[in-house]
Formats: sequence, structure tokens, C-alpha cells
Amino acid sequence: MLAFLARRVLVAIPTVVLISMLVFGLQHLLPGDPILVMAGEERDPEVIALLREKYRMDDPIPVQYLAWIGNALTGDLGTSLRTQQPVLELIGEKLPVTLQLALMALVVAVCIGIPAGVISAYRKGTWVDWLANLVALSGLSVPNFWLGIMLILLVSVRLGWLPASGYAPFSDDPLRSIQVMAMPAVVLGTGLAATLMRHTRSAMLGVLRADYVRTARAKGLSERRVVIRHALRNALVPVVTVTTILFGELLAGAVLTEQIFTIPGFGKLVVDAVFNRDYAVVQGIVLCTGVAFVAMNILSDALYRVLNPRMGEVA
Amino acid sequence: MTAVDPAAVAPGLDAPDLPPRRSRVWAKLRRNPAAIAGGGIVLFFAAVAVLAPVLPVPGPAEADWSAVRAAPSAAHPLGTDELGRDVLARMVWGAQASLLAGVVSVAIALLLGVPLGVLAGYRRGWIDAVISRFTEALLAAPFLILAIAFAAFLGPSLTNAMIAIGLSAMPLFVRLARGQTMAVMTEDYVESARAIGVGHLATVGRYVLPNIVPPLLVQATLTIATAIIAEASLSFLGLGQQPPAPSWGSMLNVAKNYLEVAPWMALWPGIAIFLVVLGFNLLGDGLRDALDPRDL
Repeated sequence: MLAFLARRVLVAIPTVVLISMLVFGLQHLLPGDPILVMAGEERDPEVIALLREKYRMDDPIPVQYLAWIGNALTGDLGTSLRTQQPVLELIGEKLPVTLQLALMALVVAVCIGIPAGVISAYRKGTWVDWLANLVALSGLSVPNFWLGIMLILLVSVRLGWLPASGYAPFSDDPLRSIQVMAMPAVVLGTGLAATLMRHTRSAMLGVLRADYVRTARAKGLSERRVVIRHALRNALVPVVTVTTILFGELLAGAVLTEQIFTIPGFGKLVVDAVFNRDYAVVQGIVLCTGVAFVAMNILSDALYRVLNPRMGEVA
Repeated sequence: MTAVDPAAVAPGLDAPDLPPRRSRVWAKLRRNPAAIAGGGIVLFFAAVAVLAPVLPVPGPAEADWSAVRAAPSAAHPLGTDELGRDVLARMVWGAQASLLAGVVSVAIALLLGVPLGVLAGYRRGWIDAVISRFTEALLAAPFLILAIAFAAFLGPSLTNAMIAIGLSAMPLFVRLARGQTMAVMTEDYVESARAIGVGHLATVGRYVLPNIVPPLLVQATLTIATAIIAEASLSFLGLGQQPPAPSWGSMLNVAKNYLEVAPWMALWPGIAIFLVVLGFNLLGDGLRDALDPRDL
């Protein structure tokens, strides 16, 4: 397993280098002098000169890139023009909020998507299957920011059951934190639930036709035991790996959810940074998300091997 | 050397009693009610978008100051917004922005992605390695984050949103075109064509491209759905269509501030996005089933 992980990390290095080049290249999309644009309203020649020196703007582009990546490797992703905080520190502050939201959304998605997928596969061709598929496709088609707005209208404005916005740190008040995050988690989890349902259904359909399931039935095991113990356990292998990759998607989906529910997380940070023209923060976030995505892919491959030891034999 | 068409060398390979492939696909698609419903929804919204200038609705920026945030009525069937503009009219004109963004951004992704993917799959070697690593890097960043980053650096506008979405969707098509090209390249008819001296461009144009179109068509249809949601998301964040020009996403962005007093402002644009995206998803799923070679 260690050798496998080392190989995967080595293969991922060129991808990470290319991500960093892409992120670095973003600043050259800015019209005009990137430093003047990045400096925003700051027009002090000394500050401009300092920024120009820091980003080596008078050097050729490859040298600028090497200086930038060198700083990034030491954890220096630049400083936020708005808050004057180091970008990495800002991301570190906001990430736990988004991770809590993403984890709660994952729980919602797993609780809805996997049972729905199992039932749909088991009842293949019936109205239950048809309905589950329609609901899943609707879940994939509904814009989650609109779903959030509609839920606020119904649950907060009309019924007054849950707060429409705000955030309470889990460490301060766990109950209040879960209560505040419940509606955003449902909104964020809907799309993922639909995706999980489709993956689970497809995996279950394959497994339910397998010989060992027929054997389990022939042994006289109860249908519940056959489906849950024998079929689902095996069908979950690809589902678990897909979920690992989709967790990264949740971080992206959080951008809109956090905006609607005014949650001070990673997503709100990127949107605020865009509007404050705080480009170092935008670059830092894209770089971190990209690297996290690559890491999730490696984790997904490793999980697949752990859950399906035959993969090791093939490799 | 004169290029010879292998199909001409071995005539009669196509079973004479089978209808042409296109008719079989169409016949299968027609038997799928979900796909037909999806196609109908897409056609309806496309007709609304195209016919917007001649439909009997006010202009999208025409304000009726005596009916600010007015509830749905005979005069304004879907109500009015915070400036007294007719919500139905803005929905009709907004359809243009949404559909245009979906189609144009996918066209950008196809135009950039397919040549790169075919090149990688056809030439293999270092060209393939470079293109594949580049694609993986782009795929590593989540679609929306990448689109937001591009839109942020390019500047907020509908055109830049379409470019941003197109660039973000491009790697999907590079990967698909590469994989399909590699599969086609192993077919006997391509090897025969190469063996009798058919040139690279002719091989790609005559044998590779026609065979990779079906999966690209399915992916394009499904990606239009994703692109429409992405455009609505960017406009919702203020990075897409700029006011006063209407788009469903920007209408929702404003509507969220008036939920208590004018909930209809938020209801209809969301339903429109949902329906059109559902339409493209149903059509895409139907096309995938109809074009599945195992069933043809």
C-alpha cells in the first residue's frame, strides 16, 4: 500500500505543478498592469514598488512563477489586500466552517441517496424505481441556490422553524451550530444525494445479479439479509470511492450555499475576495482547492484498494 | 498514392435489411417518453428565447412605477419586481441569456476540447502526455470555483461568464474525445485506411470524427444543463449578466432581498432554470440510451 501511495503521489506531482501554473497564469488575464489592478485603490508608489518587488514583476514570467511557487511552498500565498492577513491564515480560519457544512451535507446525502438507490434497484422497473429516478434527476437539475431561497421562504419566513442565516461555532454551542447549519446542509446535500442514488442503484443492479447473491438466496437467508449483508456491502465499494471524490464538489457547492445563508466559510471568502478584487485570496483558494482535489483522488484510489483487495492483485 | 475508402473496398458490410443508423436512433428516441418530454421542454424554451422580440410582453427594462413589487394579476401574470418591471417579460428575455450561455459555453468547450482530445488520442506519445496532464490539472479544480476564478480575473459580464464556463468545461471534452479517438484508432477499418496510405487529416476527418460524434453529442447535451446552472450561479453571484439586462440568475440575486414582501420574484426564475436543466438532462439521458451501440 505504501508503494502504491508513493507511486500515486509521484504521478500527481506534475498535475499539482500544472495547477500552480494555471493559478499563477490567472493574474495575467487581468487587463493592464496586474500589480496596479491587484493593488486596488492603493496608489502609494512605495507600496506599488514593494508589491512589484515581491512578485518580481520586472523579471521574466518564468522567474516570476518560480518566485511565486517558492513562496507558496513555504506557505506564503500572499497577503489579503482587504484584511492584510496572510492568505493561508484566512483560508485556515474559514475552512473548518465549510468542512462542518460539507460533512453535514454528506450525512444528509448518504442518508437519502444510498437507501433510495438500494430500493430503486431492488424494485427495478416498478413505479418506485421510476419515481426515485425522477426525484434524483430533479435533484440534479434544481439549482441549489434557488432551493436554498425557497427553503428560507418556507421554513424561516413562513413557518419560522429555523433561522434563515447566521453561524454558531460547533465548539461554542454544538446544538445551536447544528440547528443553524441544518437547512444549508439539506440544500448542499440534495445534489449529492441524487448522484449517490444513481451510483448506488447502478452498483446494486450489478451486484443483485451476481452468483453469490443467488447462492445466499438459495441458502434460505432472509431477503433483508441478502440485500443488506451480501449485496449492499459489495455495492458500496464504488459508492464509497465516488463519495470521496464528490466531497471536493461539496466544497465548491458551498460557495453558493454560504452566500445564501450568510455563513462565514471558504465559499463566502472566495466571493467576497472576487468583489473586493482581492486576487491573492482568489488564487490561494483555487490553488488549495486544486491540491485538495488531487489529494481526494489519491485517497479515493487508496480506499478502493482497501475495500476491494483484488485490485492489489491486478496491479 | 491515391487514398482509397476502405468502405468502397468491402461493400455490403452493412446489413441490407437494417434501416440506417440515424433512423434506428430516432426510432429509439421516439419510444422514450422521458426523452421526448425533455426535448419538448428544451424546444419550448428555445422558441420563447428566439421569439422574445415578437411575443406580446413589455420590454425587459420597461418599468411601471405604479406597480412596484405588485403581486401576480391580469396585467402582470407573474407579478412585478422591485422596479415595477414585469417578471414574465424579464423571464422571457432572460431565457435568451440562459440558453445562449449554455449553448455558447459548450460550443467553446467543444471547439477547444475536441481538437486537443483528438490530437492527444491520435498522436499519443509526448503530445498526449502534455495534453493529458494539462487536462488533469484543469479537472482538479472544481468546475464552479474555476469558473468563478476565470470570471473574476476576466471581469463580470455575460460574455466573460460564457468564456469562463467554456474553459472550465473544456477538459471534459478533451478527455472524452481522447478516449474515443484511442478506441476508434484500434478499429480494423482505421488500420486499413492507414495501411493503404490515407493521410492523417483524412483519417481523422473521415473515420475518427464521425465515430466520436455520438458520445460527444450526449456529453454536450448534459453539459449544456450544467452550463446553464453555472451561468445562473455566476449571475446570481453578480459575475454574469449585468443589470439591467435580465438573466434568471441575476433575477434570483435581487429576489432574495425581497422574499418576505415579493416571493413571486424568486419563484419563477428558479422554476424556469429547473425546467430547462431538467429538459436537457432528460434529453441527454435519452440520447445516451438511443445511441448506445449495444442496442443498435
